[in-house]
Parts: sequence; structure tokens; C-alpha cells
Amino acid sequence: MSRRLARVPLLVWVFLAVPFVVEAFWVFWPAANSFSLALTRWDGIGLAEPVGLQNFRDLAADPIFLTALRNNVVWVLGFGGLSVVGGLVLAVTLNKPGPLVSLYRSAIYLPMVVSLAVSGLFWRVMYAPDGPVNGALGVLGLEHLERQWLADPAVALWAVLIAAVWRQVGYIMVLYLAGLKGTDGTLEEAAAVDGANAWQRFWRIVMPQLRGVNMVVFAVTVIDSLRTFDIVWAMTRGGPYNETQLLSTYMFQQAFTTGNLGYASAIAVVIFALAIGFIITYLARQARTED
Amino acid sequence: MTTQALRRPRPARSPWLHVAMVPVTLLWLSPIVFVLFVAVRSYDDIAGRGLGALPASFSLDGFTTALTQGGVLRSLGNSVLVTACAVVASLALSSFAAYALSRFDIPLRRTVLLTMLAGNLLPPQILLVPVASITAALGIGDTLTALVVVQVGFGIGFYTFVLHGFMRGLPNEVFEAARLDGAGPGGIFWRIVLPLSRPSLAALAALATTWIFNDLIWAMTVLRTEAKFPITAALLNLQGGFSSAWNVVAAGSLIAAVPTAIVFFLFQKQFVSGLLVGANK
Repeated sequence: MSRRLARVPLLVWVFLAVPFVVEAFWVFWPAANSFSLALTRWDGIGLAEPVGLQNFRDLAADPIFLTALRNNVVWVLGFGGLSVVGGLVLAVTLNKPGPLVSLYRSAIYLPMVVSLAVSGLFWRVMYAPDGPVNGALGVLGLEHLERQWLADPAVALWAVLIAAVWRQVGYIMVLYLAGLKGTDGTLEEAAAVDGANAWQRFWRIVMPQLRGVNMVVFAVTVIDSLRTFDIVWAMTRGGPYNETQLLSTYMFQQAFTTGNLGYASAIAVVIFALAIGFIITYLARQARTED
Repeated sequence: MTTQALRRPRPARSPWLHVAMVPVTLLWLSPIVFVLFVAVRSYDDIAGRGLGALPASFSLDGFTTALTQGGVLRSLGNSVLVTACAVVASLALSSFAAYALSRFDIPLRRTVLLTMLAGNLLPPQILLVPVASITAALGIGDTLTALVVVQVGFGIGFYTFVLHGFMRGLPNEVFEAARLDGAGPGGIFWRIVLPLSRPSLAALAALATTWIFNDLIWAMTVLRTEAKFPITAALLNLQGGFSSAWNVVAAGSLIAAVPTAIVFFLFQKQFVSGLLVGANK
């Protein structure tokens, strides 16, 4: 052990230590602090008053928190499901050369350069009462479907979700396109010769080869879903009547609008607890490919 | 002929692809197109005919109002400053760490690397409250410095992981040759590792630029004064202040999207390869 240590020059230790300390100070230490803050009642001005697990007991009885939790489940399934299915279908469709095809691809991942906050503003225009969405429904003779998309508690969450999917599909498509590039084309040709149709070839030959990408997409999607904040904040701030509240927006509101820092930390701990399994899944995969 | 077609499908020639993709593409671009329409219409045109109508007027009032009264220009400057500093600092620090971890026998190398990556995967919510109080306690609360430092701290883990993967793949012979020439670890890093890592640094720079420029939550956590807001946060305020002047909001949103769009079109290849990092194995 000491011989190995001796071989690493001092400068190299400094090279490693500086970034590590920066990350430890700005990430690991604050994260640890959140756990202890979650056990207190704190307004940010006086001293934090320890309350044990009271914040978590309050959360269990907090209707807004429960709405946010339920919305987050809808978000993981809806946002995750739609963007993965959309991204995969588009990747398979556009996995071929051609100038037009690359134009389509660029159009699909163009929204990714627009920030989530700005995407939210774009979609506020789309969903405005006199906006293009209602306009298009009118043109199609579907006036009865027109509504105030972001003010109607029944559809607001899904309206925001569609906007988020619009931006995410391109990312998932890029991941799958890369995965498809790594698949063995001769296997598919052989199956075609054996008479397998396109559907069978996809599920039996291509999909099994995409297992690695699927894992990454799955973990990334869930982690992203639990982090989602910007687009909801830009479009509805959690309204109307907290119907589009996600855990992240409710946490932010409790922390920086209401000033219940201890309670907000407890929500953050819940988000962490939900995410940690998927973070470990992702890390385990990265650890394996790293060898 | 039919068996030939079955064996060698040439789907690119099939018209159905275009029949399906042209509407999908147009639908995909429609939010951007409509925002563009709204931005160049006059206030009266929008108020009279609605947001969904096609333009019947052309006016750049939205842009001039957003840039002057709306403070979009100032916040754009804040964003560019923060992004430039944070991207350079985080790539510098992570290339140090990646070099140490990839080319030397650091004990617990893998654990350190994965721990650093794990830090970047944490939900930011678990950091917000403590980060806000730490920046205040350090006397840098409500400053752009705080925003840069926080961005660097949070990003380092991911960039280190990616650069480590790349630097590990560099051929050993180059290092042996440099060592025989008497180069020390610092010289090897500066003269060999950095130049050879240029492709992955470029990919990460493209990616980091869009991430940091597009950030909202960190800015809202550490900044309080509107004059210091980056463009994302400023736009949400603009939306509150000019809520009925949609042409101003739309123009501001488009201006906010321009810098990242430029990065995207100039570095499309690097951008896409940056997105693939960690997923292409």
C-alpha cells in the first residue's frame, strides 16, 4: 500500500484533492445537512428547533404533499413512458441515412437546446385560451375540446407533461439511435431471410441488443422525473389549486416562498429516498462499463 | 424482385417514411414557429385576433421592449458571464481530477470516481436549502460568484467521470515516451493529456454550456436581486410584468434560446456525442 502511495507524485494528489474538496463542500456536505435539517423546524433566521420525525408525520397528513407525490408518480409513468416510447419509435424510424432523415432528426432534438424554463413559456403561448392549440381544435371542428389548458385542474398536469415530453423525446431518440448503431445488422438480415417480419425482428433481435441502453434510459428518465422543476414552475408554479404540484416544486415553495426550511428539507429527503435506488442502478452500470 | 426487396430493405426510399415524418416534424416545430409568429406581431394584432392567429402585422416592438425595458440584455449578459466562468472552471478542475484518477495508482480509485459521479446524480432539491445558507454565511449570497461556484461544484463529478473514461483510453506509449524525455506529471498533463483530450473536452463544453445557460433552479436558489438574474429567471419575471404583452414575452424567450441554439448548430456533432456519454456502451 505504501509503495503504491509513494508512486503518486504530490502534484497529482493536489490535482485530485482540489476538485474533490470543491465537490465535497458544495455537494456532499450540503446533502448531509439536509438530512439533519429535515429533523428540525427552522425559519432560516433563528436557531433550528429539533422536532424529531414530526416533519415526516406532518407530510403524511399534508394533502398538498400527497397530491405532489401522486402527481410525481403520474409524471414518472406519463413523462417517462411517452418520451421513451416516442424516442424509441422515432429512433427506429429515423435510423437510416439520407438528407431528409437527418433534417427530421435535427427537428426532433432541436427543442433540447431550448431551456426547460423557456420551453414552458413557449407552451404557455400554445395553451393560451386564444392560442394555437385551441385554434387548431376549432379548425378541426373539435370546439367542445377547447379549454383553458393550464387553468383547468383536470388537464393542467397533462398539459405541462406534454410540453416536457416535447423536449425530452429528442434526448431519448439520440440515446436509442446510438444504441441501434451498435446492434449487429447481419443478425437482422439473417432473421429476414428466415422469414421474420419487421415486428418480430424488432422485438426478438434488436430489442435484446438494446438492453444496456434501456437500462440507462430507464434510470435517466426516473432521475429526471424526480428532478423536474423548471418547466412546471415556468408554466403553472404548481397551480391551479396545487393540482400540478410535484415534489420538487412543493419543496421549493416550502423552502423559499413560505420559509419552512425544515419541512422543505424533509420533502427533499423523500425525493432523495425515491431517487437513490435508480441512482445506484445507474452507478452500478457505469461501474461495470468502466472496467 | 419481392424477395430482393425483403432481403435488402431500403426503407429510406419508401414514401411512407416521409408521409409520416413530415407532419410529425411540422408538429414538433410548431411551438417554435408560433412563438416566432407572436414575437413579430404587433400588440394590437395579438390583442385583436388572438395568439393562435397567423401574423397580419410585422413589428419588432416585442424585441425592442424586451431588450430595453424588460432587462433581457442585462440578464443575457449575466447568463453569458456565469456560463463562461462555470464551464471553464469546471472543465479545468475535472480534467485535473480525471488525469489523477486515470493515469495514477490512486488507492480506492474506482470508489472515488463513482462517489464523485454519484454527487452529480443527486436530486438538487436535497442541496438547495443548505447551499442557500452556506452562500449567505460565506458572504457571497446573492452574487454571480455564488452561482458559478455552485454550478462548478455540482457539475464536477459528471465531467470528471466522462474525462476519466476518455483519458484512460489514451495510449500508454505516449506517456512512456514523455517520461523518458524527462517530463514530470504536470508537464505530461499540460503538453500531452490536455491536447489529446480535446474532442471529449469539446463535447463536454457544448453540453455544459447548454446545461448551465439553461439552469433555473440554482439561480433562483442563490440569487435574490433581479438585476443579477440570468436570462431564465429574468424571463419568468418578464412574464409576470408583461403578462398581457405576449409579443414581449415571446421575443424574450426567443432571445434566450439563441445562444444555446448557436452552440448547438456550431457544435452539433460534439453536442450529440456529449449526450451519448455514459450511454453508448
